[in-house]
Amino acid sequence: MRLLEFEAKSILKRYGIPIPEGVVVAGEETPVAPFSGPAVLKAQIPIGGRGKTGGIVIVDKDEDLKERAAALFATRIRGYRPKKLLIEEKLDLKREFFMAITYDTVAKEPIVIFSSEGGVDIEELAQGEPEKICKQHFTFRDGLPEHKAREIVAETGVTGKPLLGIGAVLAKLATVFIQTDATIAEINPLALTASGQLIALDCHLDIDDDALFRHPDIAAIAKDESRIEAAKAQTEFERQAALIDSVDHRGVAGRVIEFDGNLGLIIGGGGASLTAFDAVRAHGGKPANYCEIGGNPSVKKVQALTKHILSKPGVEKVAVIMNVVSNTRVDLVARGIVKGILEAGRDPAETVAVFRIPGAWEAEGFKILRKYGVRYCDRTVSIDEAARMAAQSAGRQSA
Amino acid sequence: MSILATQDTRVIVQGITGREATAFTKDMMDYGTRVVAGVTPGKKGQSIYGVPVFDTVRQALRAQPADASVISVPPALVKGAALEALENGIRLLVIVSERVPRRDTVEILEIARERGARVIGPNTLGLISPGRIKLGMAGGPVDDVRKAYTPGPVGIASRSGGMTTEVANLLTTNGIGQSTCIGIGGDPVVGSNFLDLIPLFEQDPETKAVVLFSEPGGVIEEHLAEYVTENRVRTPIVAFIAGRFVDEMPGVRFGHAATIVEGDRGSARGKIERLREAGIHVADAFSDIVRILKERI
Repeated sequence: MRLLEFEAKSILKRYGIPIPEGVVVAGEETPVAPFSGPAVLKAQIPIGGRGKTGGIVIVDKDEDLKERAAALFATRIRGYRPKKLLIEEKLDLKREFFMAITYDTVAKEPIVIFSSEGGVDIEELAQGEPEKICKQHFTFRDGLPEHKAREIVAETGVTGKPLLGIGAVLAKLATVFIQTDATIAEINPLALTASGQLIALDCHLDIDDDALFRHPDIAAIAKDESRIEAAKAQTEFERQAALIDSVDHRGVAGRVIEFDGNLGLIIGGGGASLTAFDAVRAHGGKPANYCEIGGNPSVKKVQALTKHILSKPGVEKVAVIMNVVSNTRVDLVARGIVKGILEAGRDPAETVAVFRIPGAWEAEGFKILRKYGVRYCDRTVSIDEAARMAAQSAGRQSA
Repeated sequence: MSILATQDTRVIVQGITGREATAFTKDMMDYGTRVVAGVTPGKKGQSIYGVPVFDTVRQALRAQPADASVISVPPALVKGAALEALENGIRLLVIVSERVPRRDTVEILEIARERGARVIGPNTLGLISPGRIKLGMAGGPVDDVRKAYTPGPVGIASRSGGMTTEVANLLTTNGIGQSTCIGIGGDPVVGSNFLDLIPLFEQDPETKAVVLFSEPGGVIEEHLAEYVTENRVRTPIVAFIAGRFVDEMPGVRFGHAATIVEGDRGSARGKIERLREAGIHVADAFSDIVRILKERI
C-alpha cells in the first residue's frame, strides 16, 4: 500500500530525517498555517506527478489560504479528489537531490538509487546525464551503514559538508526501508536550504501488504478506507459482485471488472482468466465482464455470481472457462452455474455458450451438464478453442 | 535427465501436519516422490501416510538424509523454516506458502546464495518432472497428474501455477511430452525466475525446447531477451504472454501479485516486442504453442 505524503513523512520524522514544518487539514477544517510567510498546499493523494497536474499550490502571504485550500479540495488530480491537504512552509532552496530504495526484482536484492539532481524525472535523467546517478545493491545482512551510503553519494560528485549530511539521511532512509517493510522508499527532492539544512520535501513510501501483520500502526492506516477517494469508482455491478465473493470463505469468485460487451464470463484462475479474456476478444467476442474464480468456491458462490452476471442488461450468454483444475471441483462449479441460470429463469442449454473446465471431478461435472443439455468440452479442447466457440455463440445471439 | 530434481531426490516436507501439506504429501508419494520425513515443531512421533514427523529439520535429517524440502507453513513462519532448512544443508527449497513478506523472501535468497542452494517460489504450486518426481501441489492427485503430464523433451516454466498444468496438458494432448515443468511463483521476487531456469534447461541434454507462460508486470522477460541474445541461447524458446488487455488498464493488479502494468513498465506489448527481437517465438494464440514447437523439435 502507498502511504500518503504526510503519513510517510511522519515515519521519516520518527527516524530522524528532517521534514518541513507543516500541518494536515481535512476538508471540513479551517486551514491555518502554523508559520508566517508563504505556504505550500499539497493534495494528499496516493499517486505521483502532482506537481505537474495542479496538486501542489503555492500561496503567498497576502493570499487567502482558506480560499485556495477550498479550490484544491474541489479539484480532481490524476483521478483523485484529495480528502486532506498538507500545508507546509515554503523554503528557500539552494539545491535538490534524489534518493530511493526499492527491490531489484531481477537481482532479487534491495537497490539504492541516488542522484545529485533532484525534483526531476529520474528515468529521463538516467538517459541524458547518467553520471549524476549512482545505483548500488546492498544486502540485509550488511544493511546500509553511513560509510556505504556516503560512498554512493560521493560517486555522483557531491562533496563538502552536504556529503556528510546526505550520507546520513540515505543511511536513515535505508533503515526506514528495512524496518517498515517498504517496497519503495523515496525522497524526491531532498532539499538543501539556503540556511544549509537538509530537508525531505516529498516522500513516497510503499509498504508491503504481506508484511502489514508486523506493523499494526500502518495496518490501521491501511484499514481506513476513508483516507482516499478511489480514482475509478467501483460500478454498482462490481460492488454487488464483491459482496457475493465475501459471503463465505470457500474459494474465490472475485475480481469482477465490468466491460460493456454482451458475453458474460465466468473464468479462472489467475493466468487462465487472462488467457481466456484475451482469447475471447481475439475471436471477436465482447466480454461483459472480467473475473477470476479459483480455489474451490462453494456452489452458492458460483450460483450467485452466475445469476448476477446474467442480470446485466444485454447479457444472454455466459462462457465458463478455466485451466485444467486440481483443487477446484468441476462438479461444484457446474452445479453452481446451472443453479444460477435456472434461478435467473433461463435455460442452461441456451445460456451457456461453452463450458470448458477439465480436471478434478470432471466426470461428475459433465454428468450434470449433460442432464441439462449444456455444451461442454473436455481437456482436448484448448482454452482459446473454447473461447472461439463462445465468441461465435454470443455473436449468433446478437446477430 | 530433468532439471532441479530426479527420482532419487530425497524430500522432506516442512509443515507436513497442515491440512494442505498432508494432502499434497500423499499426492507426491503416490506419484513416486521419495518423501522421507516431515517436520512440524512439537509434533514429533506422529506419522503422515507413513512418513515420520520430527520437531526440527536437524532431527529429521539425522534419521533421514534429504536433498530437498517443500515448505508449507504460515507466511510469518516461512523465513524461519527456510533458514532452518538452509542451515542444515538442504540444497533445494520449494516454498509453497503464499503472502510471504518480500523482505523475508530476499533474506532467504541471500542465505541460499551463500550456501549454493536453489529456491523455487514462494507462492508456487511446485514442479513436476513427469514420470520421475513431483514437488508441491502441482497437478493435484496422481490420476490428474498422469492425464496432464507425460515425459518428453519440452521444459515448461510458468508465472501461473494453474497454467503450468494447462500448458503441459496442451502438449500432452498433442503428443508432446515434458522434461521438467515449474511454476516459478506469482510474486514480484521469486527464488528462480525465467532468467535462472533457462540456463538449466539449456544444459539439460533431454530438454529440446522450452515453453514460457508469462503475464504483464515486472521486467524479467525484458532481461531474458537480453540474456538470450548475449549468451546465444540455442534451445528454442516459445513464450506466451497472457493478459494483453491488461495494457489498457495500468495500475490494476490481476491474478498474481506481480501482474500489474505500471505506466509503460511491464506491458505485454513491450515484452512481446523485446522477446521477438531476441529471436524468442511468441505465440499469439495459446494453442499456437503446439504448432511452433512442432516446427522446432
